[in-house]
Amino acid sequence: MKYVLLFCGTAQDQAAFDALNPDDLRARYSEVGQWFARNRNRLGPSSQLQGPETATTVRFRVEGKPVVHDGLFLEAKEIVGGYCEVNVADLDEALEMAKSWPGGGTVEIRPVVDQR
Amino acid sequence: MREDDDRRGEAFVGAAPAPEQTVAAVASGFRDEAGRVTAALTRRFGDYCLADDATQDALLAALERWPKDGIPERPGGWLTTVATRRALNRVNRDARYEGKLAFLGRPIETGGDDRLRLIFTCCHPALARDAQVALTLRSVCGFTTTEIARAFLASEAAVAQRIVRAKRKIRQAGIPYRVPAGRELGDRLEEVLAVLYLMFNEGHLSTGHAPPFRRNLSEEALWLAELVSRLLPADPEPIGLVALMKLHLARADARFDASGQMVLLQDQDRSLWRRDLTSDAIRLIERAAAAGEPGPYQIEAAIAACHAEAASFINTDWPQIVALYDMLIQLAPSPVAQMNRAIALRYVEGPRRALDELNSLEADLTGYHLFHAARGEMLIELGEVELARAARERALRLSRNAAERHLMFRRLFESMS
Repeated sequence: MKYVLLFCGTAQDQAAFDALNPDDLRARYSEVGQWFARNRNRLGPSSQLQGPETATTVRFRVEGKPVVHDGLFLEAKEIVGGYCEVNVADLDEALEMAKSWPGGGTVEIRPVVDQR
Repeated sequence: MREDDDRRGEAFVGAAPAPEQTVAAVASGFRDEAGRVTAALTRRFGDYCLADDATQDALLAALERWPKDGIPERPGGWLTTVATRRALNRVNRDARYEGKLAFLGRPIETGGDDRLRLIFTCCHPALARDAQVALTLRSVCGFTTTEIARAFLASEAAVAQRIVRAKRKIRQAGIPYRVPAGRELGDRLEEVLAVLYLMFNEGHLSTGHAPPFRRNLSEEALWLAELVSRLLPADPEPIGLVALMKLHLARADARFDASGQMVLLQDQDRSLWRRDLTSDAIRLIERAAAAGEPGPYQIEAAIAACHAEAASFINTDWPQIVALYDMLIQLAPSPVAQMNRAIALRYVEGPRRALDELNSLEADLTGYHLFHAARGEMLIELGEVELARAARERALRLSRNAAERHLMFRRLFESMS
């Protein structure tokens, strides 16, 4: 089955990440790199996203033109920091990958709609 | 399919018995057979949701037919036959299964017990707790939706909705049908035992007013825990849970008085306690301990055994109970365990120490009715009547169970007069 892992965090998680000193940041990236290397056989397209300050939101209204504004969707409690697609047998395997994620915060697992 | 199809090939025993007896027999037949039928069908069709629907259809058909026709000679065989037919009907209607039809020629294997897989699927941590409980009762114990609704005093529509949503999630999110292996097994077993203990407590707290026709959740939970301990003999924690449940049940007759009011441990008539269940439980605790892997349920059972063996409340081995709570807190730290330790400490070091310990837990337990009830008891003993009354008021406001509310109300009333 195919799932997407969404790597999320609260504003505090983001602030803590932004405050990492260069050594800690390097260590974190190295752990994350190892995680990707370890799981490469079951990973699909993956990306880390630029920070929330770079986000632009388009909001559709019932009537009228869509509204564009700076920043995240206001009601979002968690910020998506990145995602990856995984190809695994079942939810347990996806869970095992998510539990070993070294990046902290929260990992949301969503099955992908089967288009067949 | 015509209803008559269900009767073909299955012998019925004698004339139809009286309806009440039939209903009881039907229900107990379900408990022993439903899980096996669902497990066998899941193996055969490779789809838990399909198997569960088909088994449920067969149970409803049995509830309709058996009171009229009598109980079949082999209730399990009858249920399997009917459920298989229903499943095949569903498969034929559903294009999704086209490729799978080839597998269906295989006979249903009867060896081995597949119900453990069923239990682990129903209690998967990706499902909400109330859905885990409902699915387990339905798939493993053969409860109908109506019975689950009755047991939880919920509406049938709400329970049906909960089950539909949970099964959709099992299918769409790819929750596997298997017993987890290796390191995963420990965590997942913990989840299963938590579901069973919650189910037990749900039945246990409501026994005072349970109407006789209601299948008792505590008995179902005990039966399930015994099943898990039989199917996972190497793990001592399920045995600990069975022992703990038996010790609670041993006191069941003393927990409510003639008018249905809840009676606290210190006021219970100990001659009503069931010695047979207590000695069963103590044997189980010793058997579990032989594995040399203490766990939370084994320790809680040991604590309950201390109470069961005491001649009176005051002659209880309180230092031993405090020591057991220390072990429990070390293994599975929780504010509730710390609270219970503080309550036991009252009889070792006095109410002042106990109250100090309780107060240190305020931040974690401020929403828990029993925390305020315990504070109320300590404050009364220390002569702090005003504060005790405030604590008892909070306890009453926070408790939801009817029998407990009644007791809290009585306590509050006492501190007013």
